[in-house]
Amino acid sequence: MKVEGPAVCLGADIDTDLVIAGRYLRTKDRSVWATHVFEDLDPALAPRLSGAIVIAGKNFGCGSSREQAAIALREAGVRCVIAPSFARIFFRNAINTGLPVMECACPCTEGERVAADPASGTIEVGGRVYLARPLSPRMLEILSAGGLVEYWRRKQ
Amino acid sequence: MTTLSERILGAPEGSYVDCQVDRAYVHDGTGVLALEAWNAMQARMLARNDRCYVLFDHIVPANNSVTAGLQAELRRFAREQGLPFTDVGEGVCHQVMGEGIALPGEVVVGADSHTCTLGAFGAFATGVGATDMAAIWADGGTWFRVPESIGVFLSGSLAGPAEAKDLALTYVSRLSMDGATYKALEFVGDGVSSLSMDSRMTLSNLAVETGAKAGLFYADKETCAYLREFGHSAGLQVPGECRYERTLDIDMADVVPVVAVPPRVDTVRPVEDVAGIPLDQVFLGTCTNGRYADLERFARVVRGKKVRVRTLVAPASRRVLSRAAGTGVLSWLVAAGCTILPPGCGPCLGAHQGVLGEGEVCLSTANRNFRNRMGVGGEIYLASPATAAASALSGAIAVPGVQG
Ligand code: SF4
Repeated sequence: MKVEGPAVCLGADIDTDLVIAGRYLRTKDRSVWATHVFEDLDPALAPRLSGAIVIAGKNFGCGSSREQAAIALREAGVRCVIAPSFARIFFRNAINTGLPVMECACPCTEGERVAADPASGTIEVGGRVYLARPLSPRMLEILSAGGLVEYWRRKQ
Repeated sequence: MTTLSERILGAPEGSYVDCQVDRAYVHDGTGVLALEAWNAMQARMLARNDRCYVLFDHIVPANNSVTAGLQAELRRFAREQGLPFTDVGEGVCHQVMGEGIALPGEVVVGADSHTCTLGAFGAFATGVGATDMAAIWADGGTWFRVPESIGVFLSGSLAGPAEAKDLALTYVSRLSMDGATYKALEFVGDGVSSLSMDSRMTLSNLAVETGAKAGLFYADKETCAYLREFGHSAGLQVPGECRYERTLDIDMADVVPVVAVPPRVDTVRPVEDVAGIPLDQVFLGTCTNGRYADLERFARVVRGKKVRVRTLVAPASRRVLSRAAGTGVLSWLVAAGCTILPPGCGPCLGAHQGVLGEGEVCLSTANRNFRNRMGVGGEIYLASPATAAASALSGAIAVPGVQG
């Protein structure tokens, strides 16, 4: 399940409120989250996320456990989030909602070409190669199904 | 050698593992959400229905017809699927699971953040989300990231009126509310053997308040003796050399009675610094401090006297309640003017049975004092049962051991 796209580079400790603000949670319309993702961080970001790979600093997804944060990123078209570390619940939510995440510190420049393979853990950023921890077989199956619910529907 | 988490999950820290779950449980709150996810998954059969527990504790008995309807649905599901089920009045899920169900070396998941309580038994016990739980129902397993560990080295023993809760709040304040995010805490050192299982459960219970995924004790003689009462013969887990990402040393003899001041559990002060703050309610109970030894300590203080503030007592389980009834502890509490609530979470989550009004102040033996948790505009001080008892008698926060 290799993913490729331009890098969108973000700082450390991005909390889930910055990913999707609390004022947008009271809906089931996922496109709302995609439109307003990262709004309080930088309103110009959302349109650049489609097909992109987000490379962030440590502790990405800290704060509120809202699952909508992972869903919002996926709905906005983010192909993968790479960070040296993730907040635990966000990390679980990401896998369970079908958003690939990889733990790795890779310096990046905005717009650089990134190719990442969650199965092997290899990440290529502007020609430099980094190695993240490979995900477990089950995690990869969940991701390729598009999330935990779909994974189970398929298994029935 | 490896940490206990590495041993149980069978892989080095940092790696992702797929593993079978030995016990999985939900309560009436999260069970409803897990059932919704289960229905969305269109799964039909649980992989291990004898290992998936449904324990009613959060809003029991139901407080309104919406809750009652949701509970009825979950109760039906539990019956249809043949799940081990405990209904209204049996107690807080973590306590019930700690009464001879969770065992050393097991992987235990609960759809509740305080599942870490069961680390007291040497089980790898951690909270998961509702969707995670539905998938575990369907499959019997899940994935984990093996956590790095922080070694909490305990030496000496608790002295004077200080108790496990004071020690727990002390380590939480030293680590801070996110000091152990994603890590496991391991409680080790010479001091551990002096701690009862009730005390260990209190210590493991607060692990999540530092952001930790689990809070583990190695099963020792005390653990085995406790489990023997429930008919289990468990083996010892012997700690060996292992790599801790960080260590924390606490000489238990230095621990003094403390309170966590609202609205943060890691803002911890000696009780004497806040003594005299008038109270509207005292609450003894919860998965932190609703066990028999807690009730007994409290009852010994108030015995033969009268509480001067509304005092609510929720035994953590039916077993605790019936033991308290048998030893006289219950009648001392009633005679002292305490109100006895059914075994369960009681007012801990601010849903019923003792919600605080605007501006009201409660001293509670629970684990969380976030703003509005027990009612909008209410404030919560967290403390030990001994401090709660002294405070109930004086109507204001009071240093334990003084009234005796
Ligand atoms: S007693 Fe309180 S903290 Fe414990 S499970 Fe119940 S609501 Fe949660």
